[in-house]
Amino acid sequence: MKEEIIKSYFIAKKDMGAYYLKPPLISWGLMLPIVFVFAFYFRNPMGIKEVVPGLIGLTLLFSCTSMAAIVITFEKRIGALERLLLAPLNFRTILFGKTLGSTLFGLMVAVFITFVLILLMGLSVKHFWAFVLIFIFSGLAFSLLGILISVGVKEVFEAMTMSNFFRFPMIFLCGVFFPVPTMPFPLPILSYLLPLTYTVDGLRHCLLEGMPMIPLFLDLLILLGFVVLIFALSLSIFKRRIRQEF
Amino acid sequence: MGDIILVNDLTKFYGNTLAVDHISFKAKEGEIFGFLGPNGAGKTTTIRMLVGLTQPSSGIAWIDGHDVIKESVEVKRTIGLVPETSNLYSELTALENLIYQAELYGIARKERKDRALQLLEEFGLKEHQEKPFQALSRGLKRRLTIAAALIHHPKILFLDEPTTGLDVMSARGLRKLILESKKKGLTIFLTTHYIPEAETLCDRVAIIVKGQIRIIDTPESIKAQVKESEILEIGLDRVSEELKGSFLSLNGVEKVLIDENRIRFYTRILDQVTPLIIRSLEEYGVKIQSINTLSPSLEDAFVRITGLDSDLMKIDKPVKGGPES
Repeated sequence: MKEEIIKSYFIAKKDMGAYYLKPPLISWGLMLPIVFVFAFYFRNPMGIKEVVPGLIGLTLLFSCTSMAAIVITFEKRIGALERLLLAPLNFRTILFGKTLGSTLFGLMVAVFITFVLILLMGLSVKHFWAFVLIFIFSGLAFSLLGILISVGVKEVFEAMTMSNFFRFPMIFLCGVFFPVPTMPFPLPILSYLLPLTYTVDGLRHCLLEGMPMIPLFLDLLILLGFVVLIFALSLSIFKRRIRQEF
Repeated sequence: MGDIILVNDLTKFYGNTLAVDHISFKAKEGEIFGFLGPNGAGKTTTIRMLVGLTQPSSGIAWIDGHDVIKESVEVKRTIGLVPETSNLYSELTALENLIYQAELYGIARKERKDRALQLLEEFGLKEHQEKPFQALSRGLKRRLTIAAALIHHPKILFLDEPTTGLDVMSARGLRKLILESKKKGLTIFLTTHYIPEAETLCDRVAIIVKGQIRIIDTPESIKAQVKESEILEIGLDRVSEELKGSFLSLNGVEKVLIDENRIRFYTRILDQVTPLIIRSLEEYGVKIQSINTLSPSLEDAFVRITGLDSDLMKIDKPVKGGPES
């Protein structure tokens, strides 16, 4: 188990160096939340505090899925995935390594944006460890969503299309700008099926006063559930795909 | 030396297409075992099944005593694979690529860099160690890919068409490296469609056509199988297919092959057919420029055993896209 985790870390480290820590990806990771912050600030400078949890959640979502959605498809395309399949690694280690790289990158970007927002808005963090866990669980869940797309499609362009198909509706469905309970039926049902909803709700617990949807421990539990579920689903599809395509 | 690769009745279907047809063979420890056959014969599919990249449809194979399906992780520790397209990470340098491979194979931290530097030295890549993989020439990429496959001291090295796409000098250098690796005790399984390469490098050769193994033996023994027939090679000022056809009906001529302006006759009664052939050529009005008798080569044996034209073996696969190109 320890050896598997170490090897996953090496995969993640390689991905960070080869793909993530490159100017286009870093700038994309930072630009999106900055644009949203400015857009909301100019519209309503007094109300921007209310959307800070949503903006942090969006930053996590977009930075974690930026490359995750195409990394496996891309490596399959150029033949490099074979190197991982040839090494004495099991599918679980490979998948976790790919997820870890994406999560670490997403967390780096999101932590930076969070610091800036907290300092600018004069917010304080309650439930610090829960706050940390929300970041970790959400980062893993979003990266795994990207990985799920990556293992499920054959071409890079398909991965990008699918990833946008998932990501953009989440902006409106997950309580980033409008509270979920105020949405018309049946939209809340869709909201409850998406992990970003619980990220935003959890962050509201930690950063704002008195607006959350469900208790904090439930947000954490549900996010963890998403991590386990999407990992299991991705692993199963990954194994099947590799056996079909190789 | 014992058998390090054991294959029994291995078969692979892709949909309804039979790629590998119930093949069985053994490779001995320390030898260079070659799979010789035209493109599409099933060579790469066989390698991929042996290294655990492709699931066989039926049959069993063991690598160093490990079942390739049930013990694939153990098999992967034992082998190194150099695929037909060099597929290291284009963004990483030569040194970084080797260190990354060492990490994936669980080599101890303090040994990783030393092992990588040792391989770079052995493969003549020391001066290129800081260059990204994508900046290396095709020949250097190939060398680095072999070095990466050897990072964990495997017992068996699988080489899929090792010299395809390389210039003459790079190919020659690579063949030298392959022979040096063998001297160090490595077992090498290589596939090739270059007959002279198989003849030069391999201790034993399996000729594979349409997924079936036609013969397994040493190149010398394979050649000896066609030695009972002799070859008369005549250089002419012009050669036509019509000419070839007319000689096939000549009594005692078993096979006629045309190679540019030379025509080869395969016969068991050379003394008797030579005057007949020369007379016929004169009747056709072609001018004889040279006459030689030849010993059968592996190419001749290949042609005899498979019934295929040896020109088929000179066709390279189209070069795939990806990091090498």
